[in-house]
Amino acid sequence: MSAQLLQSLFSGLTVGAIYALVALGFAIIYNASRIINFAQGEFVMIGGMAAAVFVDAGLPLPLSIVAAVGLGMLVGLLLEKLAVEPARGAPVVTLIIITIGASILLRGLAALVWDKKIRPLPAFSGEAPLMIGGATLLPQTLWVLGTTLAAVAALWWFFNRTLSGKAMLAVSHNRLAAQLVGISVRRVLLVSFGLSAALGALAGALIAPISFTAWDVGVMLGLKGFAAAMLGGIGSGPGAVAGGLALGLIEALGAGYLSSAYKDVFAFVVLLAALVFLPNGLAGHGPAERV
Amino acid sequence: MAAAPLALPNNYTYEVAILVGLNAVVCVGLNLLVGYAGQISLGHAGFFGLGAYASAILAARYGWPPALSLPAAVAGVAVLAWLVGRPILRLRGHYLAMATLGLGIIVSQVLATEDRITGGPDGMTVVPIAVFGITLSGERLWYWIVGTLLIATVWLAQNLIDSPRGRALRALHGAEIAAAAAGIDAARHKLGAFVLSAALAALAGALTAHYSGFITPSKASFLHSIELVTMVVFGGMASTFGAVVGAAVLTTLPQLLAGFKDYELVTLGALMMLTMIFMPRGLVPTLEKALDAARRKPR
Repeated sequence: MSAQLLQSLFSGLTVGAIYALVALGFAIIYNASRIINFAQGEFVMIGGMAAAVFVDAGLPLPLSIVAAVGLGMLVGLLLEKLAVEPARGAPVVTLIIITIGASILLRGLAALVWDKKIRPLPAFSGEAPLMIGGATLLPQTLWVLGTTLAAVAALWWFFNRTLSGKAMLAVSHNRLAAQLVGISVRRVLLVSFGLSAALGALAGALIAPISFTAWDVGVMLGLKGFAAAMLGGIGSGPGAVAGGLALGLIEALGAGYLSSAYKDVFAFVVLLAALVFLPNGLAGHGPAERV
Repeated sequence: MAAAPLALPNNYTYEVAILVGLNAVVCVGLNLLVGYAGQISLGHAGFFGLGAYASAILAARYGWPPALSLPAAVAGVAVLAWLVGRPILRLRGHYLAMATLGLGIIVSQVLATEDRITGGPDGMTVVPIAVFGITLSGERLWYWIVGTLLIATVWLAQNLIDSPRGRALRALHGAEIAAAAAGIDAARHKLGAFVLSAALAALAGALTAHYSGFITPSKASFLHSIELVTMVVFGGMASTFGAVVGAAVLTTLPQLLAGFKDYELVTLGALMMLTMIFMPRGLVPTLEKALDAARRKPR
């Protein structure tokens, strides 16, 4: 394998893992509420920015990251309580506009509170790159991949082995039936926003040492995460992970071999093609429509 | 609208009124697709930008007179919308939203990257329109041009909605399968609304470019697409006048907030959320309903 190909694979997997985390956030909220949360990217921004700000303020790095994920989660819970819950039952487009409004609001707040500087975050364990087959591998890449793997495993355990997780799955399958057996749909909604926001913030803190962070990084990361979730089939957990990794690899290979200026375009071209030929995503199945 | 000039004290207010009119043309078209046919598009700024750039490039780089390049650009965008609309409109709900969003992003990235033709992220200057040797310039003249266009668009939309095609579109919104079972060619009607709304966006885009004399890729960006959809939903879906009101409010607001640049995003975001939470059906339908209820109240 040539060094260039290996290098593209490394960077593709790194970014892909981040997209996968964001896509999982989309999937969790979608399953609980059928809402596409366009503010998902802002949780990523909050995770990275808050971690960088806390480190600047003198907090140790691990504590900063935990605090940043906690802050992201809090914002997610507030978003659900203050904006999504009061609008329950509104048409889909209305809910989309609400979450887009939330993303603009959060971006504006970040620019006000944390200013518009680009901020760095120190790598979790040193900057010295490892050399593998002629390609360089940043230690942070291992952190990204390892943490993503751990997060996916934890989610699998949560959804398959705990009562709360099973309750969330039940709501995604049949809301009314879940309610009838005594599951609080409102609590499930709240938990889904908190969980998604925490995942997003974690992704933001993980990628910040590699790509820096700023008040406006949430837009593209959110859209790519949405694209990954759609590519995998919305609402499917394994689909979200596969979609994220695929999108990251497409981007990295496209940037490495075709044109780096069109990096963002490849992802969406492949996505459009996939949507046209696989209208329900890689892992999704068509919905049965009732009239 | 004819009375508005009396209330407009200077060129700046005329300029805002012209922008309102151009955005309203886009929104009335987009409302046909989103509000009536129920097909969401998060990429209409792409058509707006394509129309603007196509006309500007034909005029500036190939020497076409703008009176010719403008209709050519609109026709070109309509053909393109027809070509991409055919496969894309088979998608539903969030998948359609994703596909249109992707289209818009591809357009804006191409416009920003092909800098030898488009001038890149810094944008390009656009020549003014001349008809029979007379250059169209001046805020007052443009006000009347855009005003006439807006009235024509609203008239067209209102007629379309009350025609059999319009009823077919509304049936699609209700339940696509039921509409198809009733003999409505769903694909054809959706495509029609898509192409018409794209052409109106392209027309408004090209006019905006020639009027302001300058165009940047930000006009084709995701954020602009969002602004357009927000105008439609804010004003009220499935209400042509709602689309006009939405365009008016959300075009004027940033101008009013220009003095508080730092708070612009926060205000816009909060406004979008509050309106949608408290008036999920949009401004005009909510007010209409309130008026209706007040009128029916027994005295």
